[in-house]
Amino acid sequence: MTIAPDRAIEVTGLRKRYGDFEAVRGIDFHVDRAEVFALLGPNGAGKTTTVEILEGHRDRDGGTVNVLGYDPHSGGSRFRERIGIVLQSTGVEPYLTVEETLRQFRGFYPHPRPLDEILEVVGLTAQRATRVRRLSGGQQRRLDVAVGLAGDPDLLFLDEPTTGFDPAARRQAWELVHNLKALGKTVLLTTHYMDEAQQLADRLAIIVAGSIVAEGTPAELMSRDHLSTIEFKQTPAATALIAGVSGEVALGDGLVSVRTSEPTRALAMIAGRAEERGIELEDLSVTRATLEDVYLQLAADPATTPADLAAPAAGAAS
Amino acid sequence: MTALRLGLRQVRYEAVAFVRNPAAAFFTFVFPLIFLVIFNLLFGNQELVLPGGTTNVSTFYVPAIAALSVINACYTGLAMSMSVSRDLGLLKRLRGTPLPAASFLLGRVLFMTVVALALVAIVTLFGALFYGVDIPTNTLPAFVISLAIGAAAFSLLGLAITTFIPNADAAPAVVNASILPLLFISDVFIRIEDDGPGWLGFVGDLFPVKHLSLALQTAFNPFETGSGFEPAHLGIIALWGLVGALIAARRFSWEPRV
Repeated sequence: MTIAPDRAIEVTGLRKRYGDFEAVRGIDFHVDRAEVFALLGPNGAGKTTTVEILEGHRDRDGGTVNVLGYDPHSGGSRFRERIGIVLQSTGVEPYLTVEETLRQFRGFYPHPRPLDEILEVVGLTAQRATRVRRLSGGQQRRLDVAVGLAGDPDLLFLDEPTTGFDPAARRQAWELVHNLKALGKTVLLTTHYMDEAQQLADRLAIIVAGSIVAEGTPAELMSRDHLSTIEFKQTPAATALIAGVSGEVALGDGLVSVRTSEPTRALAMIAGRAEERGIELEDLSVTRATLEDVYLQLAADPATTPADLAAPAAGAAS
Repeated sequence: MTALRLGLRQVRYEAVAFVRNPAAAFFTFVFPLIFLVIFNLLFGNQELVLPGGTTNVSTFYVPAIAALSVINACYTGLAMSMSVSRDLGLLKRLRGTPLPAASFLLGRVLFMTVVALALVAIVTLFGALFYGVDIPTNTLPAFVISLAIGAAAFSLLGLAITTFIPNADAAPAVVNASILPLLFISDVFIRIEDDGPGWLGFVGDLFPVKHLSLALQTAFNPFETGSGFEPAHLGIIALWGLVGALIAARRFSWEPRV
């Protein structure tokens, strides 16, 4: 199996079913070298199944998978020497120290990364003599990444690297992924946090119910939806201002909200009337769609299919 | 060979992790001594006159406790540690590295075998010092080799039983339920021929525990005139080891069961 030199992963028509449940329904994507690629989706969308097939942990039912020029299912030790896997669960011996754990795992690889470098990249230099079971949750997760780096892999899989983290620990984990990118590693990460994908990923694919429903850079995905939202506090007088404004109006949570493709005109109309009538628009805001909106819209609708999404995407592009 | 070298390297990490949990390590090593003391309190330590000389009854307690030690480390200990490692995700993690599966298993089985041999050495020395146990010389090779065959077979059976353990919390119950009754009907704690119904003895004959106990009794008998090997008993133990290997190879899972 060969792969183009600038590619790390190529997936075509990947399928996987568990009994009657079709977990992955024919997905295609690719990851370039030295790229941070995120698979984003709600729990149960098929992210982990996909990643485990790419890691060689699971067999597939259909499609082709090429990771660094290997079929992960049959790649064996040669393949595993070149990847690093960080699973959701810790999975290291709790009674060994950080340093012992890393020495042990480095010994499995032909060209391991120097121990001190690994400790520095993940920020565990001060904990090198600490036993694993005495590390904090965030430190254990960093050790997981350290173990994934032991063999100096070309490609690192990070499965939900920050699930269950407090905000400070998440920031540190993000910092760590930036460090990995700086080392020139290709990183495939899964997450169900939108902001995480936006922060870390060069490109991302949103996966819902086993299908990829959107793919691109964070900026591309945000520009799918050109609508902006005008919001202000709901009072009887204020609500009357929106008569005749073009856009999608919603009332709720004490707010009037107008989603519109012509925010300037709509705002001018509303603000003009408000000034005429001497009404102050409290809590006024104009926001453009965030990646989160795009994601929630895609992830929330169980009937979402790539075909449904083709229409608004085409509309936005025109 | 790389796989073998990696396997031997694993033994060191197994050992470090083991001694880092001092309570577990301490009681593992004290366990057989407790049995030797209890046997002496319950059944006494009379002088025995046998063809060839006299010795103390404790000389026959030691091989029974040796069988118990092998089973305790290689079967019970291995099954429990494998279930814990599987639940922790350690097995799955190792599966994602270039470490060959055989190297990991070899490392852990070898370590458990080392523990078993250390337990036997401790109980033998303790018996010799305090209870007048006679250590055989001519049959010592047979004793050590029988122990090794037992350790290998019970390790494979330990891996096999692991495949029936749903999670680490259930491990003690599953493992004890499978082994404790056998220990009682296999001439380890009591001689079934003297006290139980005949069919119980027959059931004991079917399983490997009794054969290990009997093979070790012969090999540890200071008045044994032959080599001390019991080919029939050792053959049955090896056969059970093969059964364990087949079950483990078919059913073994590196992932936590859900």
